[in-house]
Amino acid sequence: MENFSLRHIARGALGAIGAAIFALAAPAVAQTPAPAASSGGGINMIDTIRARGQLLCGVNTGLAGFAQPNSQGVWVGFDVDYCRAVAIAIFGTDQNRVRYVPTTAQVRFTALQSGEVDLLSRNTTWTLSRDTSLGLDFTAINFYDGQGFLVKRSLNVTSARQLDGATICVQPGTTTEQNLADWARGARINIRPVVIERLEDNVAAYLAGRCDAYTTDVSGLAAIRSAQQVPNDHVILPDVISKEPLGALVRHGDQRFADLVRWVHFGLIAAEEFGVTAANAAQLATTDNRPEVQRILGRTGGLGQMMGVDNAWMLNVIRTLGNYGEIFTRNLTPIGLQRGPNALWTTPGGQQYAPPFR
Amino acid sequence: MSITTDTMRVPAPERLAPALTTGWMGWARANLFSSWLNSIVTIALAFFIVKYLIGFVDWAFVNAIWNVPNDAAGRPDTSSCRDNKGLGACWAVITEKHRFMLFGTYPYEEHWRPALVCLLFIGLYIVSAMRRFWRKELVLIWAATLTVIALLMWGGVLGMAFVPQDRWGGLPITLILATFGLAFAFPLAILVALGRRSKLPAIKALCVLYVELIRGVPLISLLFMASVMFPLFLPEGMNIDKLLRAQIAIILFAGAYLAEVVRGGLQALSKGQYEAADALGLSYWQKTAFIILPQALRLVIPPLVNTFIGFFKDTSLVLIIGIFDLLTAGKTAIIEPMWQGFAVEVYVTIGLIYFVFCFAMSSYSSKLETELNRGRRR
Repeated sequence: MENFSLRHIARGALGAIGAAIFALAAPAVAQTPAPAASSGGGINMIDTIRARGQLLCGVNTGLAGFAQPNSQGVWVGFDVDYCRAVAIAIFGTDQNRVRYVPTTAQVRFTALQSGEVDLLSRNTTWTLSRDTSLGLDFTAINFYDGQGFLVKRSLNVTSARQLDGATICVQPGTTTEQNLADWARGARINIRPVVIERLEDNVAAYLAGRCDAYTTDVSGLAAIRSAQQVPNDHVILPDVISKEPLGALVRHGDQRFADLVRWVHFGLIAAEEFGVTAANAAQLATTDNRPEVQRILGRTGGLGQMMGVDNAWMLNVIRTLGNYGEIFTRNLTPIGLQRGPNALWTTPGGQQYAPPFR
Repeated sequence: MSITTDTMRVPAPERLAPALTTGWMGWARANLFSSWLNSIVTIALAFFIVKYLIGFVDWAFVNAIWNVPNDAAGRPDTSSCRDNKGLGACWAVITEKHRFMLFGTYPYEEHWRPALVCLLFIGLYIVSAMRRFWRKELVLIWAATLTVIALLMWGGVLGMAFVPQDRWGGLPITLILATFGLAFAFPLAILVALGRRSKLPAIKALCVLYVELIRGVPLISLLFMASVMFPLFLPEGMNIDKLLRAQIAIILFAGAYLAEVVRGGLQALSKGQYEAADALGLSYWQKTAFIILPQALRLVIPPLVNTFIGFFKDTSLVLIIGIFDLLTAGKTAIIEPMWQGFAVEVYVTIGLIYFVFCFAMSSYSSKLETELNRGRRR
């Protein structure tokens, strides 16, 4: 049933608008003849996007460092740069080529399923159920996140295992709450969760001393920490209690577009590995004699054409946005994030790895 | 006529009433210090009012920071605001972000267009509020103004760059959703209210069904249906604009609520009015337009305005489907780490904007009520 998508079912049920309300329950009944849209020769997303002249990119409605409009109303952030990178790979430029569609957590998958967006670049955790049951595909992990703890330095806590008996602020209804309970059971320690609905209220409760620690994804903790009067008064504990690999998603139906999104990410990693930056990319494209750099930058190999785009695709991306490291430094370093697991595989502890460009 | 000198005594010179019984002192004595309990309450309240007023003035004006310098990287350096936290407001967040809060992601150099749109909307409200403009031409004024507003927002003509709808945001979104929502919902509501009292069973059943179905679900779930479920039923590649979908959901929802308000007015009219109109030989539509509605609607001005104000604020619910109205834009403005923690300033500002619009509506309606109901004031 890998090709099942709500959309097919829904269109099948079009005759019976009355069934609309039950459409969410419909998959169980209606999934038998779902047309295999992915059986080759189907939709060509890259051509569709080219004909439209714009990439429709679903982003967060506002998450520091990842996607947010700045004071001028221009979208900036790590996820936003991935939208721009894909647009540049297709069009050669991102001037007016990306339309950002702010999506909330609840509507993000529907937006992609229904074609409201081509690409969902919205800090979404790759899980088995999401990958298999939504008719969507994760392309690559562009950010390794995980759940951690923020505590006050004055508590002198150095490891999460010392949190036995502590009160911990957590948002309800998220996997965060479940992860916390699972971890505490596994580690055989007692914690008292304080469940507070809104992020701001959670932070306020933590700062006021209502809780000893606040738990959410490390990227979120770093943003909160960096916004405090004296960031150094707070510590993010080294323990990470869950895996939250984030990446961009595409709809089932055109594997070539998924390939493109995936290899744009790998291109950014490879560029960092070979020292290709925004500043030197244009020059290296003509002077560098390392074969793989020549292939990445499109001088030899014709890799771009294999992807269905211009051979200078990665050159254009890197020239405009820089490599993975530069994108990270521009967007995530200001909110206080370290490279950590998102360093290149050549650095100890780093996990970002690109398959060879050949 | 013999008047004794006794009765002709020269009157004593007039004296002022005792100082404690007239003037502001008399008023204060009668109302604020009439008993020892009253005096204590007055003094205690005065103490708290003065104390918090001084605190507020200190926070909002005396100790407030209106601007912050940029750091070496050209980004605002908010450390002075952070040191001042709890002492004074950081209005610098408004100085920095006001254009984003008002106009969202609309292209920065084109902000004069949504600004003009807001002014046009306000002008339209003022003109519509003046009774001397209550003529057929008002419809034309509305049509013309709304066309100009659409042209300004979208552009693409007269050398203005085209701006797709998904980049609109802020106050214009709130005004568009509220104005179009109520302008379309109100006529719809009148029709539904009349239909619900109709003797034709099919029409009546349809209207009852509409009102009960729509009123039976929260606005949020309607917006969700419009933004999450609805696109799945459209053919591939066909996407009805997100704002339009939200707008239709709001119109339908407001229509159901207003219909019940209007029906309340229809019920309140005495049967004699209907019978008198029938006796004059008026047709159904003449009776409704000239006799029933003018009386029924003026009866329900307070609940109508109540619903209007409610919906003006309810438009902020579109945040759940990712449309940047005024409130969402304000929330988004303080996501940047350097501006985190200045929510109070932003919410106070946005609250003030909402208050100005809502208060204008309510004070205008109370005037209108007095004027229209002059004949039936009791």
